[in-house]
Amino acid sequence: MSANRVSYTFDSTLETVNSAEEAASRIAAEAGFGDEEVTRIAMAVREAAVNAVLHGNAYDPRKKVTLAFERTPGDLVITIRDQGKGLDISKIPDPLAPDNLLKTSGRGIFIIRSFMDEVEIHPSQAGTEIKLIKHVHGSPAGGKEASQ
Amino acid sequence: MTMKSSTRQIDGVTVVDLSGRITLGEGSVILRDTVRDLLSKGSKKILLNLGEVNYIDSSGIGELVSAFTTVRNQGGDLKLLNLTKKVHDLLQITKLYTVFDVKDDEAGAVKSFQ
Repeated sequence: MSANRVSYTFDSTLETVNSAEEAASRIAAEAGFGDEEVTRIAMAVREAAVNAVLHGNAYDPRKKVTLAFERTPGDLVITIRDQGKGLDISKIPDPLAPDNLLKTSGRGIFIIRSFMDEVEIHPSQAGTEIKLIKHVHGSPAGGKEASQ
Repeated sequence: MTMKSSTRQIDGVTVVDLSGRITLGEGSVILRDTVRDLLSKGSKKILLNLGEVNYIDSSGIGELVSAFTTVRNQGGDLKLLNLTKKVHDLLQITKLYTVFDVKDDEAGAVKSFQ
């Protein structure tokens, strides 16, 4: 299958979270993933969109969230980018630590990592880019993105 | 699909039947308001029936945890009933399955509060 790419630009609103999830669900299904994988991919994208809208852009109407899907022969690559201050990865708590189990937040990145094959987080002063990669069933694990 | 909530009483236990999605926004707010309302009325034995909840995100999980700790802190108890596979899997992944008291039989769940 040839590579192809589609991208969206969203406002920093709650509706964006639902739109991102719906787009992910549709594109993952079109890419041939099964129902369970589609749900997981869509949930990972939803969580990334929540981070972008709430924690990255902080609902700032001047800031946008961009979402891109790329099909390569081996992967579905999804990139979500915000225009916030840049996520401090060192401050992401381990939600499975006993002291954190009853915390009411802090599980988004963990869920994303649980549901995708590869996750790259690239924070900068211009915002945070998170890349989610799901291998197409049957393709070899890893790829050029895995080395980053 | 948005979330719906209704309550019924069985032997002093309030069963909250939830359906739809518990997600950031409306679903989480409905759950929060429902539990707060029950506590304000003195209902402290709460059984959340999640049998018709087909989706929950990290915000929804946070709301479940918040409901659980809020009820416990007021001397009550909150248990979960009839998890769908998606919700069950998510609670296992997040290690919350062992934190919550999860039931799959309503009559037995109600008895367990006594």
